[in-house]
Amino acid sequence: MRPLTIVEGSVTFVDRDDVDTDQIVPARFLQRVERKGYGECLFYDWRREGDLDLQPNPVLVTGANFGCGSSREHAAWAIDDFGFRVVIAPSFGDIFAENAAKVGLLPIRLERAACEIVAAGGSVRIDLPEQTVRAAGREWSFEVDPATKYRLINGLDDVAITLREHSGAITEFEAGHDLRPRPVTTAL
Amino acid sequence: MPRTMLDKIWDAHEVAPGLVYIDLHLIHELSSPQAFGALREAGRKVRRPDRTLGTADHSVPTDGTTAANLIAQPLARRQVLALERNCEEFGVPLYSLGSGRQGIVHVIGPELGITQPGMTIVCGDSHTATHGAFGALGFGIGTSQAEHVFATQCLPLRRPKSMRVVYSGQMGRGVTPKDLILATIGQVGTAGFAGHAVEYAGPVIEALSMSGRMTICNMTIEGGGRSGMIAPDETTFDWLRGRPGAPADFEAAVEIWRDLRTDEGATFDREVHVDVSRISPMVTWGTSPGMVIGIADEVPDPDALDSESDRAASRRALDYMGLRPGISLTDLPLDHVFIGSCTNARIEDLREAAAVVAGHRIADGVRATVVPGSQQVKAEAENEGLDRIFLDAGFEWHHSGCSMCGALMEEVQLAPGQRCASTSNRNFEGRQGHKSRTHLVSPAMAAAAAIAGHLVDIRDWSAEHATADHR
Repeated sequence: MRPLTIVEGSVTFVDRDDVDTDQIVPARFLQRVERKGYGECLFYDWRREGDLDLQPNPVLVTGANFGCGSSREHAAWAIDDFGFRVVIAPSFGDIFAENAAKVGLLPIRLERAACEIVAAGGSVRIDLPEQTVRAAGREWSFEVDPATKYRLINGLDDVAITLREHSGAITEFEAGHDLRPRPVTTAL
Repeated sequence: MPRTMLDKIWDAHEVAPGLVYIDLHLIHELSSPQAFGALREAGRKVRRPDRTLGTADHSVPTDGTTAANLIAQPLARRQVLALERNCEEFGVPLYSLGSGRQGIVHVIGPELGITQPGMTIVCGDSHTATHGAFGALGFGIGTSQAEHVFATQCLPLRRPKSMRVVYSGQMGRGVTPKDLILATIGQVGTAGFAGHAVEYAGPVIEALSMSGRMTICNMTIEGGGRSGMIAPDETTFDWLRGRPGAPADFEAAVEIWRDLRTDEGATFDREVHVDVSRISPMVTWGTSPGMVIGIADEVPDPDALDSESDRAASRRALDYMGLRPGISLTDLPLDHVFIGSCTNARIEDLREAAAVVAGHRIADGVRATVVPGSQQVKAEAENEGLDRIFLDAGFEWHHSGCSMCGALMEEVQLAPGQRCASTSNRNFEGRQGHKSRTHLVSPAMAAAAAIAGHLVDIRDWSAEHATADHR
């Protein structure tokens, strides 16, 4: 995962609320078994219909409840693969926001009015260590979970962190937990 | 201190602060290949294959193809074959295409009895909330999280906020669990549950069958919530007893499960009340599940909405759906009817639809498909003769899979502009094919629509057709 600290550049604005993951990556593209190359599928139908002229920039600004719908991580892969590093919206679908952070894409929640100023400003500077967004001579601070921030800044893989820090605890937990009645899928 | 069911399950699974142990990881061909790939690259193993189960559902043809290597579509074939290879390599049990236990992942978990109260259950699919109907904490995850569960059997998570939706009142004639959840989403909005684990409660919920409870929990994500749950009770225990995955000492397990329900006096971060006596059979008119009305209502006018963004979304949806404000949805001719999906393809759903269909023919020009939720549901339905009822009426009778819900396979995609009454869970733009138009309804409403050739109010239907038959 690429580390993410400061992102500076132009903004692409998709001015719609409730953009669901079927619009971000239509389902018919989900049959690939690779992770790379999903950028070409991003907002495929809207672009095909000429509804959206999607410019490759480091920052995507959108309407509320962005990424609602399915759990497909392909949506986050597509946005990342297209070249975006940050998505700014008034709110996100829960699963999408989590997936985004896992793939090194930073979701930032800003109030709608702020999103509109950032979108209109054309360029923006995001400082993850300081947790600030600067555009059009204004500055906003944003929330990010400390663990996610640490992981993004250092470009770390979640699995490696868990295994390094919690292997012993997991084994110990399992010893007790396995005594409870739990279905065994290998014995059906 | 009194605790919610969410708290009890969460507390029993916290390995370390913010690290939650997963009891069951369900996988399918669509969201797992990249997770297996990452595992392989890092030289890691699946930590607990005995807590993992796979099936093929999203990319399978439902025409009776019996093996992955016989799938005609190359991408789908490659994906299902990859699942088979991955499960073989990592020792994960799998019910692939051709197995008598294959089916939609959220139908087979409960059916096998491996979905049990008090468990944490994840799957790379947002409808994993379905399993919450058993008093489990089930939620959808992304592919990176699937990789994390494979490698560690845990997930770093923040505890969601808690929310209770309490249903009271008398359910009207023709109103089903599907209508309850559609109406609830209409009430709270498509982001109404965001950030929350939802507990559905109240006398109406307690009176529902497991199938109905699953339909309600299933669509929690359509309200923006990752998990929906219902306290386990005698209905739950009766349903689980005797299933292949049920605990050996069943009664001892039941004693533990009885303690899971939310304690008296526990508080929720949010509470919503729904009066079911005000709910009629529901149908979506727009391109999000929250754009929903009673079947007897008129399509709403965007100008009546408060915010400009809502008005814009509403106008766009009307345009996409080919509708005008003020019209009745029962006037629109349909091209297709789909009875299937993890929301509404269990045996009870098929019985509900068959009861409406029996003795009738589908309307000219309508294509109607039934896709059972699992191969076991299919066998059970055939045993009861439901397949004959559907076939005699002109429906197509299929093998199990996600089919026209995810509409991944070209052969199940609608043509641009085609209109479908569907028992599935999403009516997003393009969901059932490019420019497709989806109206979400209950199985009974879908069945009646197939026969009439247009949407009908199921409450009028029964009376009308009883008369017709009598004549």
